[in-house]
Order: sequence, then structure tokens, then C-alpha cells
Amino acid sequence: MTSLSVILSCIVMFLVTGGLGILMSRSHRATPAIYGLSLLLSAIAFVISLMHLATSFVDAPTVILPIGLPWLGAHFRLDALSAFFLLVANLGGTLASLYGLGYGRHEHAPHRVLPFFPAFIAGMNLVLLADDAFTFLISWEFMSLASWALVMSHHRDAGNRRAGYLYIVMASFGTLALLLAFGLLAGPEGAYGFAAIRAAEHAPLTAGLVLILLLLGAGSKAGLVPLHVWLPLAHPAAPSHVSALMSGVMTKIAIYGFIRVTFDLLGAPMWWWGLVVLLLGGATAALGILHALMERDLKRLLAYSTIENIGVIFVSLGLALAFKANGMGLASALALTAALFHIFNHSLFKSLLFFGAGAVLTATGERDMEKLGGLIHRMPVTSFTFLVGCVAISALPPFNGFASEWLAFQAILQSPNLPQWALTIAVPAVGGLLALSAALAAACFIKAFGITFLGRPRTPAASDVSEVDRFSLGAMGVLAGLCLLAGILPGIVIDGVASVVLSLVGDRMPVQMDIPWLSIVPIAESRSSYNGLLVFLFIAFSASATIYIVHRYASRTLRRSAAWDCGFPEGSPLTQYTAGSFAQPVRRVFGTLAMRVRERVDMPAPGDLRPATFSVEQHDLVWEGLYVPIAGAVGFAAEKLNRLQFLSIRRYLSLVFLALVFLLLVLALWS
Amino acid sequence: MVLISALFVQAFQMALVVLLAPLLTGLIRKVKARLLRRQGPSLIQPYRDLLRLLRKEAVVAENASWLFRVAPYLIFATTWVAAAVIPTFATGLIFSWTADLIAIVALLGSARFLLALAGMDVGTSFGGIGSSREAMIATLAEPSMLLIIFTLALVAGSTQLSTIAGFMSSPEVGLRVSLAIALVALVMVAIAENARIPVDNPATHLELTMVHEAMVLEYSGRHLAMIELAASLKLLLYISLIVCIFVPWKLAAPETGPTAYLAGLVVYLTKLIVGGALLALFETSIAKMRVFRVPEFLGAALMLALLATLLRFVSRSL
Repeated sequence: MTSLSVILSCIVMFLVTGGLGILMSRSHRATPAIYGLSLLLSAIAFVISLMHLATSFVDAPTVILPIGLPWLGAHFRLDALSAFFLLVANLGGTLASLYGLGYGRHEHAPHRVLPFFPAFIAGMNLVLLADDAFTFLISWEFMSLASWALVMSHHRDAGNRRAGYLYIVMASFGTLALLLAFGLLAGPEGAYGFAAIRAAEHAPLTAGLVLILLLLGAGSKAGLVPLHVWLPLAHPAAPSHVSALMSGVMTKIAIYGFIRVTFDLLGAPMWWWGLVVLLLGGATAALGILHALMERDLKRLLAYSTIENIGVIFVSLGLALAFKANGMGLASALALTAALFHIFNHSLFKSLLFFGAGAVLTATGERDMEKLGGLIHRMPVTSFTFLVGCVAISALPPFNGFASEWLAFQAILQSPNLPQWALTIAVPAVGGLLALSAALAAACFIKAFGITFLGRPRTPAASDVSEVDRFSLGAMGVLAGLCLLAGILPGIVIDGVASVVLSLVGDRMPVQMDIPWLSIVPIAESRSSYNGLLVFLFIAFSASATIYIVHRYASRTLRRSAAWDCGFPEGSPLTQYTAGSFAQPVRRVFGTLAMRVRERVDMPAPGDLRPATFSVEQHDLVWEGLYVPIAGAVGFAAEKLNRLQFLSIRRYLSLVFLALVFLLLVLALWS
Repeated sequence: MVLISALFVQAFQMALVVLLAPLLTGLIRKVKARLLRRQGPSLIQPYRDLLRLLRKEAVVAENASWLFRVAPYLIFATTWVAAAVIPTFATGLIFSWTADLIAIVALLGSARFLLALAGMDVGTSFGGIGSSREAMIATLAEPSMLLIIFTLALVAGSTQLSTIAGFMSSPEVGLRVSLAIALVALVMVAIAENARIPVDNPATHLELTMVHEAMVLEYSGRHLAMIELAASLKLLLYISLIVCIFVPWKLAAPETGPTAYLAGLVVYLTKLIVGGALLALFETSIAKMRVFRVPEFLGAALMLALLATLLRFVSRSL
């Protein structure tokens, strides 16, 4: 049995598990059974894809099943790129199932989650294996609908219903764009197989149009600005392990679609593709993290931060395209490696953080950070793993987020050799945006951890909690360990994706595991190097040595006392800094421009008895500038077209006649 | 034998930076006091303070968590590792390739991350104000620093600090506009990062304008000693960074023998004294600015750094 058929059987089993979820949805054993089966199946698929990625470099088995379009069948193929994304997806699936074993027990409507959870994982796996446009689109839509059903699982909440509506509209729009893109790629003969598309020549104009449609289709699923508006509403609305899958994995499936078409199917790229992707990525990163920083809902903050990371990945992809278009294979390989590494990393830490947010939600029933605080005392394991996730996502050494951002910065430093002046100006500006979003991400996650887990409990909901179950803690512990491992041994990941990079840009980074001391050196001539392992060991060693020396030779006594707070400690926990007040300085610096923030302070004169007030006005410029006008135009057009429903039969007939004449005229003029 | 001597030089550098850091702080305080026509505390007063703090018992707030107690050591260790890979008196130390300039800045970012969290741990409003302002300063200082690194890396062809220092001491550097702009930006960032006047006042307490001091307000005893030492170390790190890039004279090349190391050491000490004195002079001649003027100050640094990088991207000779 080949690895491809094993994974395909896993997918079938996932669908069977989903069916089982419908049958036994009212049984109390459904939750452990469904999540247990999903855990097993994704673990098998994970191991198979890992083995495929590690062992076979050129081998790409294909299978054609006699379903789907009669003259086409359903093509499936497992190459290095698919294997890498399958690994990411099924690692996420495995841990989300493990987490679900515990978290799912608190679900009050399990019959709305259990059938769709395995179906969702199956859909994502199918997209990754599809080798013709028809199967790809069907799988893509299946994945969207399964995740939509999961978003709607708590449909009694009006906010969730709105999120679900917006999500389904955007998902349909995205699929439509992809449908048109594949239609252009397949040409008039309808050669929908990926092999045929790959072999065909694409005119520059068609290829450019396909890229735009692809950015609309895959970009809307990934959360690229300005198509991101559904993401911060829909991802948090789902149960937390599904949020983790949507943010950590499904956005990556969208990126897979983008990589598959631009690097594999579309032929040689043109330099302006890189520029467009680069600028979109930079804008997405900066805007996403600024919104995250202003957010007080923990899960929505994480969703906005996903948008930022998608931006970071797209910046690397744009660089890779620009380098590839100019024949700079090594630089392109570096940028693409940075993108793939960040994809892997983000799936790890974003799943971890959503699991943590889910644990907080289970323990306190709250997503609003301003009602939490002090959880570190009562949820020690959750808070520690969440802290690891926060440090990792803030791109700080020695964790994994830093390693991939470091590679991205090294790729940016290769760009002065690009011949196009537009790129040479755009790249440093985007590099600045990338650095800015990394710094803002650190501020954002100081806030997320500090307000939620540190300080004193702000409400009784936060003070009266206990640690969550072992399954959830196990899933978070594994992810935290992986974040550290990928950070201190980045060479393994870089070498692991080398076959993917080689197959897409025709070049690869130097083998990293042969470098002494396990350093990583992306470009041999520049001798820039980073060694996560030594950094980690040095920090661990010098910290423990310092602790030992201080405790042994100086003092080890500790006295607990009331907080000092400059001599005027305030009893009420409400005097602590909140999420809003923490973000206020940054809001003042960046928000006035990016969100048109206005702060109003109304301070009554002495003797005046009315209360002082403070209000903040904040705008989502993308929503107000793009979506509100479009929605208005659609409403207006619908209003006008509505009249057509109330015509007499004569008018309908004349309308039909006019339409016929018009179409014949068009046909006559066309040919 | 070569390995042992290389390890010895590396260990010497690690010890040197920790031992020198309080002296540098003492020197700056002394020079500032003399410029204000005060006698000032003695040069070794910071050592006395540290020793006294280390020997005292640590008083910790009742609801402080483990993070509050671990953070000072981690902050110190992270800053120390960052300082250990900066060329002070010699380039190409055995562990200098562990972290390049981007990683050094990121290590300082890790330390800041922990410090800001520690400031929020007890749940007082002063801690929160310090952390939130520190975060705001960092959001401008870190991108500026990275753009400065881009400029340097494009001039020298590497982000490795030893390589940059080696290139900057070679004659092919010449006079470049982008480097001059980068130097100005780097000094501005260094002032902000080290909480010096005009961004923050290291000597203030009980003022709403304070940033760094507000975060560490709840610390005492050995914890405070570690944080103070880390702050001194960071100041030493930034001055060493500036001098090793922009005045890389007499930096000992790898494996050149004791005399070159000794010469490098003497010159390094001189550079530190001059750098510290210049900082003291600058600080006495300028007033502290309001907190919401700081973004303008750092925004200028960011724009300068971006300008320097753009110049490098557009032309190789600038």
C-alpha cells in the first residue's frame, strides 16, 4: 500500500467517523469515540506524511478514482509540497482531537460539533491531495462548508450568526474567484488536470489575471487584507479546538492553494507578482497586529494575530516570487524556506494559544480579558504553556517564531541585487513594516498574557477557577515543547522542507545539519549565523548559575508582604491596568492614522456634580471604506431590480425579446 | 590548546562585561554630578548598592507569582548572553557566531518582554503604566533598530557583528551618508532603550513620567539587584555596540596573542570612558520630555533609519 492510498483511506475513515458522529450524536460516549477516532486517523496521516517527506524526494505517487467528472475522474497526488502541508494539517488535527477529548466534554451541543469535526479534517486533507481543478474546488468548498457548520455550532448567539453569514458570503466569493482562476488556467479545452495545466503555456495576461483571482480566492480564505473581515468574527465563534484548526491549519491550506498555483502550475513568475504579494503581505501584517492590539476579546485577539502572521508568510512568498522571477535561485529558496518554516511555526503556536484561550474559557466562562486576571496562580500549567506560545509568536529567541522571522530578514537582505527599482524601494519599506509588526506583536502578547494571567482577578469568575483536564494540558504541553524544539533546532525543519523548496524553485538552502554546533547559516558567503540551541543553553546555564550563586552566597530569605505601589496601594482590583488602558499609548501613536481613533475626555469643573467621562471612537477603515459601500450598492441594486418582479406578461415578453436581440448583437459584433 | 585559550578569552569577556557594567553606571553618575557641580557618589557606589541589595531579604508582594521571582534572573541571563557575543576588545570570539546582530536585538527584546510581564504581575497601576509605556517605546525602537541593522548588513554584507566590525575597520568603508544617518538613529534608539534622559529618567521615583522604574517598583533585595545589574549591562552593551561598529579601532583579531588583546582592552576601556562621559554630557544638557513626545523622538529615529536603508538599497556608494 502506498502512502497516498493510506492517507486516502484515512480520509474515507474520517468521513465515516463524521457519519458515526451523526448516528451516535445523542449518546454520551460520542465525544470520546469521535475525538479518539479522529486522533488515531490524523496521527496515522501525520506519520505517513512525515515519512513521505523524510524519505522520498522525487517520488510523487498518483491515484485516479472514477468519481467526479465522468471524462476526468478524481486525480490525487502526493508530492513533497502536499506532504509538508499534510504534516502541518494532521499535526494540528491530532492535537486538536487530543484537546477535544477533554474540551469536548464541556460542549453543551455536541451533536452540532461532532459530525463536522472529522469532516473538516477530511476536507483539508482532500484539498492537499487534489490533483485536478474539479476535485480541488469540490474539496475546498467541502472544507469551507464543514468549517461554516462548526462556526454556526453555537448559533443561538446573534454574533455567531452574523459571523457565520459573513463567512459563508466571503467563502462563496473566494470559491467563485478560484473557479474563474482555474477556468482561465484550464483554457477553452477544459484541461482540468493539474498535470495538463502545468504543461500548458500561459500567456502573461492570463497568468496575471489568474494571480489576481487567486489572491482574491485563496487570500480571502487566508485572511489577506482587505479580505480579512470575516476571519476575526468567524474563527473565535467556533469551539476553541476548531478555532485552533481554522486559524492554525485552514489558513495554511489557503496558502497551500496559493503556492500550488503560483509556484507550480502557473509557470515562470513575473517580477510584479512578487511586488503585489509583498505589498499586500506587509499591509496585512501591520494592520492585523494593530487590530489585535486594540482587542479585548482574547480569542478575537488571536484571530487578528493570525492575520498578521499570514501577512508575514505572504511577505516571504512575495520575496520568493520576486527572486524566482529574476533567476536568483538561492535567495528564492531562502525566502520560500522562511515562508514554509513560518507556516509550520504558526500552526504550532496559534493552536497552542487557541487551546489556552479555550482552557481559560472552560475555567472561567469568559473571553473578555478585562474580566480576567490572576489566572497564573490557579491555572499554572495552562499559563506556562500559554506564556511559551506568547514568547514564540512574538518572534523572541530561543523559540521558533524568531527562527523563521530571522530567515525572512536574511531573505530581505538579499534583495538589493534585484534589478527592478520598484522592488528595491518596496522591499526595505516592507522590511520596516515586518519589523514594526514583530514589535507590535510583542506588545500585543505582553498584553494578552499580562492582562489575562497576571495581576489580580478582576471579577469573581476569574478568582474561582481550577486547572483544566489532562487531555487539554497534554495537547498544550506537546505544542509548547514543539515550539521550543523547532526554535533550538531550526536546522532540522530547514532541511525537512528542502525537498519542497527544491521542487518549487529549483534550488535549496545549504544543508544545515552538517554545520558544526547545529548553527543555521542561510547564505554561506555572508556568514550570518544563528544558533538557537547554544542561545538556549547559555541562557539556561547562566540563569541557573546566577540563581545558585545568589542563593548560596548572598541571601535566600523571602518575605511576603502587601504590595508597595509607591506607598499608596489601592485595594480594588479594578484599579489595575486593563486591556484598553494597556493599549492606549500604542493606540495614540498608531491608531490616529490607521483607525482614526478619537479620544474624548469630559472633565467637569470643580464643584460640578456630573460624572467625568472618557470615550474612545475607533473605526475599521477597511470595513467602512470597502464593505459598507459594496453592501449599500448591492442593496440599492436589489431594490431597483425588485421592480422586475411585478411586471405584466407583455412587459416580460418584450424584456425577453430585447435580451435576445441584445445577445444576438453581441454575438454578431464579437465574430 | 587553541580551543582552551579561545574559551578562556570568551569567559574573560563574559566576566569583563558583568564586572565593568556597574563601574560604567558609576562613572556616568559621577560625571553628571560633577557637571552639575556636585560632588557625586564614589565611582564604586553601584557595586556597594548591588552587594547591599544582594545581602538583604527579598520582600515580595503577597500575590506575586513564580514569574515575578524567576524573571529577574532570566532578564539578567538574557542580557548577559547578548552582551557576551558583542565584540568588546576582540572580534571573532569562539561563541560570537551564536547570535548575529538581529538575534542580539531579539534577545534584548526577550528580556524586555519578561520585564514588562513582571511589571504587570503584582497587579498595581504603577506596574501597568510602566509596562504599557515600555511596550509603546519598544514598538518604535525595535523597528528602528532592525532598519539600522539592515543598513549595516548591506554595507558589510553580513549581520554577523564580528564581520561588520572587521569590515568597518577596513579602508574600503569610506565616508557614507547612510552610515552617518544610521549612527544618529542608533544613538537615539540606544538612549530610548536604556531609559535615559530625555526619554526616561533613571534617577526618578514617584513621578508619573517614569517608565522603567515604574515596572520594577515592586522589586527589592536580590531581585532588584539582578534587574539593576541587567540595566547596567544593557547600557554597557549599547555603548559597546556603537563603538565596535563606528569606532572599531584596535579590536583584536581572532588568535592574535595576549599583546593585541591587552591593547584592545585598554582602547576599549578608553572608548567606554569617552562614551559614558558623552552620554553624561548629553543628559545634563537636555530636559526630559513628556511621554507622548517620545513617539515623535523615536519616530524621527525610525524615519532616519528607513532613509539610511533606502539609500543603501537605491545606491551602493551612499
